[in-house]
Amino acid sequence: MGVEGIGARVARKEDKRFLIGKGRYTDDMTVPGMKYAVFVRSPHAHATIARIDATAAKAMPGVIDVLDGKQLLGDGIGNIICGWMIHSKDGSPMKMGAWRPLADKTVRYVGDAVAIVVADSVAEARDAAEAVVVDYEPLPVVTDPVDAMAEGQPQIHPEAQNNLIFDWELGDAAAVDRAIAGAAHVTELKIYNNRLSPNAMEPRATLGIYDAGDDHYTCYTTSQNPHLARLVMSAFYNVAPENKLRVIAPDVGGGFGSKIYIYPEEIVCLWASKRTGVPVKWTCDRTEAFLTDAHGRDHVSTVKMAFDANNRITALKVDTIANLGAYMSLFSSCVPTYLYATLLSGQYDIPAIHANVRTVYTNTAPVDAYRGAGRPEATYLLERTMETAARELGLSPAEIRRINFIRSFPHQTPVIMNYDAGDYETSLSAAMAAADWNGFATRRAEAERRGMKRGIGMSCYIEACGLAPSAAAGSLGAGVGLWESAEVRVNAVGTIEVMTGSHSHGQGHETTFAQLVAERFGVPIDSVNIVHGDTDKVQMGMGTYGSRSGAVGMSAVAKALDKVEVKAKKIAAHLMEADESDIVIENGELKVAGTDKAVPWFQMALAAYTAHNLPAGMEPGLKEGAFYDPANFTFPAGCYICEVEVDPETGQTKIVQFVAADDFGNIINPMIVEGQVHGGLAQGIGQALLEGVHYDESGQLLTASYMDYAMPRADDLPSFKVSTSNTPCPNNPLGVKGCGEAGAIGSPPALINAITDAIGNNTLTMPATPQKVWVAMHSSN
Amino acid sequence: MAKITMTVNGRDVSGVCDDRTLLVHFIRENLGLTGTHVGCDTAQCGACVIDLDGQSVKSCSILAAQAAGSSITTIEGLAQNGELHPVQAAFKEHHGLQCGFCTPGMVMTAVDMIRRHGSTLDEATVRAELEGNICRCTGYHNIVKAILAAAAEMGGARQAAE
Repeated sequence: MGVEGIGARVARKEDKRFLIGKGRYTDDMTVPGMKYAVFVRSPHAHATIARIDATAAKAMPGVIDVLDGKQLLGDGIGNIICGWMIHSKDGSPMKMGAWRPLADKTVRYVGDAVAIVVADSVAEARDAAEAVVVDYEPLPVVTDPVDAMAEGQPQIHPEAQNNLIFDWELGDAAAVDRAIAGAAHVTELKIYNNRLSPNAMEPRATLGIYDAGDDHYTCYTTSQNPHLARLVMSAFYNVAPENKLRVIAPDVGGGFGSKIYIYPEEIVCLWASKRTGVPVKWTCDRTEAFLTDAHGRDHVSTVKMAFDANNRITALKVDTIANLGAYMSLFSSCVPTYLYATLLSGQYDIPAIHANVRTVYTNTAPVDAYRGAGRPEATYLLERTMETAARELGLSPAEIRRINFIRSFPHQTPVIMNYDAGDYETSLSAAMAAADWNGFATRRAEAERRGMKRGIGMSCYIEACGLAPSAAAGSLGAGVGLWESAEVRVNAVGTIEVMTGSHSHGQGHETTFAQLVAERFGVPIDSVNIVHGDTDKVQMGMGTYGSRSGAVGMSAVAKALDKVEVKAKKIAAHLMEADESDIVIENGELKVAGTDKAVPWFQMALAAYTAHNLPAGMEPGLKEGAFYDPANFTFPAGCYICEVEVDPETGQTKIVQFVAADDFGNIINPMIVEGQVHGGLAQGIGQALLEGVHYDESGQLLTASYMDYAMPRADDLPSFKVSTSNTPCPNNPLGVKGCGEAGAIGSPPALINAITDAIGNNTLTMPATPQKVWVAMHSSN
Repeated sequence: MAKITMTVNGRDVSGVCDDRTLLVHFIRENLGLTGTHVGCDTAQCGACVIDLDGQSVKSCSILAAQAAGSSITTIEGLAQNGELHPVQAAFKEHHGLQCGFCTPGMVMTAVDMIRRHGSTLDEATVRAELEGNICRCTGYHNIVKAILAAAAEMGGARQAAE
C-alpha cells in the first residue's frame, strides 16, 4: 500500500471546493436568458380537473408563459414509467396506472403537478402560480394501504382493481406451511416499517436548456444517474432523441435514493424551455420536497418463524403489504420484491421461506428506494423476530443467532440469493466485545439505582450490494442491465483522467477512484482527475445507488486500467529494448525487472503521443475503455449493538452506546468507509426514534417541513464505535463489497430491540417517540 | 425595489432587489456568492448561516434590506490568501463533510461557536449548539470531532500569541 493507494486514509480531493463555497450544485447554475419556474400543484389528494384558467396569471408582471398538461399531452410527451416489471402469482403483469408529468384529467396526491409557470423571477412565478385558477372536483381519498384494498374504497387508477398493483410471491408456500405445522415453537409478530422522507440536504433542482440553433437539449439536474435520465427521457418520454440530449448532474447534495428517479420537473422544464424559447430553472423548496420527493419504506407485515426442538429455524413465512403511493415510480416495484424478499434469509440457515407481497396504490406521494431499499425492511422484520423468538425460547440474543448462523460458503438460500462469502461469528464477537456485552448487567443495575431503565439490543444484518449483474436483473424483470462503464485517458504529460458512469454525491469518488489509479501506477492522486456526471463526457453509465460504485464502478475502472497497463508496458519495453513481460510499474516508473533500467511514467505517456518511436503497427495515444458486469451481487454483513437508557417519567430514550462491526470486504479508504457508516447509522436511528411521514385521512401531508418532520440533529446522536472485518468478495477484482447502506439497514432493529429490552414490552412501533415509549411502558405486552 | 449597499467579505458591494428579497437570495442571486445554500423554508437547516456584523445569522431569516449597510462574511470570505481557515482545515482533516451542501453553514456556525467558547468547548456543548444545523450525510460524528479539533488548535494558537 502506498501513502495514497488502496487502504490509505487519504483526505478527500473534493473537499476544498465544498469548504470554500465553490461547490457547483444545480441551483448555482445560471445561463444567459435564464428564467425561473414554479409548479402549480394540487391541494387535493384526489380530484378530477374540470378546467384550468391561466388568463390572469399570464398577464402578471414578469410572466413568460403558463403551460399545462393538455399542452404537454398535445406535444406527445409520454407517461412516467416504472422500469421493473413484476408479475403477480397468477401470471398477470403489474397494473401500472398512467402518471402524466403534468396531470391533465385527475390528480392523485397532494403535490401532483398540474401546470408550470415561467417568469423573470421566482417571486413573480410564485405570484402567478397562485393566480392560476384550477377547478377541481374532489374525489374520495384513501391513504392507508390495508384500507385501500377493501371493497368500496376509492379507485385510484382504473387499471388496478381494488388498488392492488400486484400480488407476488417468492419461495415454497407448501414447505413453509408443513414446517410450521410440525414446529416445536412458532414466533408470530406484526411489523410496521414506517414511511420516511429521504431529505437530502440539497433540494431537487433542474435547469432545462433548449438550443434552437442545434435543436439540442441540455438538462442540469440533481441526479444520481444522469445517463439513465437521458436514456429514459429519450426512449420513453419523447423529450428529445438521445444524441440531442445532454444530461449533467454536477455537484449533487446527497441523494440516498431520492435522486435516482426521473421526476416530472426534469421532463417539464426541458419541454417548457423549447415551448418558451428560454432556459428554465426550477428549484424545489423543502415543503415541495416533502410533498413530491419519492418516500421510502412503508410496509405492513405479519411474520411466522418456526423452530425445531433444538432452536433451529425451520421456516419463515412473511406476508407484506407495501404502499407505493399514487403512482409507480421508476424502481418502486423491485424494492418490496427482489430487493426485499430475497434478503429474508438474513445471516441464517433457513430451509424454507415463503414471502407474499401485495403492493397497493394510495393517495400519497410515490414510494421508491431509500437508503438500503428493501434490505432495511427485511432486516428489521427478521431481527425483531429473532429477538422476540429468543425471549420466547429463553435464549440470549447472541445464542439464538449463533445456533442459526450460516457457516459454510457459498450458501444458496431458498429465496434466490447465493451468498459468496462471509464470517458472521467474527462480526458478532467483535461487536459484543466492543460493546462490553458481558458488563451490561452491572450497567443496568447502576442505571436502576438512578431510576433509569437500561436496555441492550443487537441486530445481525446482511445486504446484497453492487447492483448488477445484468442477466440476473433482466431475468427478474429489470428494464435495463446494471453494469458499469469506465474510460481511462492518459494525457501526453502523464496525468490521467478517468471517466466513470458512477455518480458521486457525497461518497468521495474523486478520491477513492483516484486511489485505485495511484495504487496501480504509483502516481500521485493529484495527477488523477475523476470525471463523472455528464453524458457528453462519459459515454454511458448506470449511476450510483445500492452501494454499487466500488464493486461495479471501480471494477470497470480496474478493467480499463488493465488495458492501459498492457499498452504502457509495451511502449516502455520498446523504449528500453526489453521484453514487455519483464516490465514492472513501481513508484511512477516502468522498470525492467532486476535491472536499473527505467522509464518515468510521464516519458512513456509522452512517447505514446509523440509517436516517433512506437512498436511497429501500434496506434498512437493511450486511452482505454471497459464495461464491467459482475457475476453476482456482493454481500456485506455485520452486527450492530445499541445500548439505551429510557427515562420512565417521560419515555425519552437516550442512546448511551452504539457499536457497529461490519464486514465490507477490502477497503479502499477507511476514513471514507467510516463516514459512510456514521451517516447510515444516523438515518437508521432517525427512522427508529424520530422520523415518520404522516398524512391525515383526507390525504393532507402533516409532516411537510422540518418543523413537523423530526430530523436527527447532533444532540440526538452519540459518537459511534465502528470497526470492520474484511472477508474479501470473491466476485470482483477489488474484493470490495459496499458500505453505503449498512448503517441504515442494521441500526433500526438494534435500537428497537434495545428499547424493548429496557421497558419489557414488545409492542413498540417506529418511530419510538417518547410518547409511544411511555404508553408501551405502561401497557401490557 | 431598493438599492442596497453592504460590505461582503471585505469588499463594498451594491445591488437592486425587491423589498421582499431575503438576504440569502441577495447573496446568491445578486452577488453570485453561491456558497451560501438554501436547504429549507423554515429556518431550520442552517445551510445559509453567515456572519453579520460579528453575529452568526441564518440569512434566510432576514430581508436583504435589513442588512443594508452591514458588514457580512460568507463562506467565500473565510479562507485567507489561499489558506483554509483552521475550521475549514479541520473539517477536511476529520472528514466532517460528505455531499458538502450543509458544509458552508456548518463551518460558519462552528467558527462562531469557537469564537464564543474558545478551546473550552466540549462535545456536549458542540452537539447542543449544532441544533440549528442539519446534516444528512455524516451522522455528525466527524463534524463534532472537527469542531473540537479546530477549537483546540485555535485556542492553542491564541495562547501562543498572547
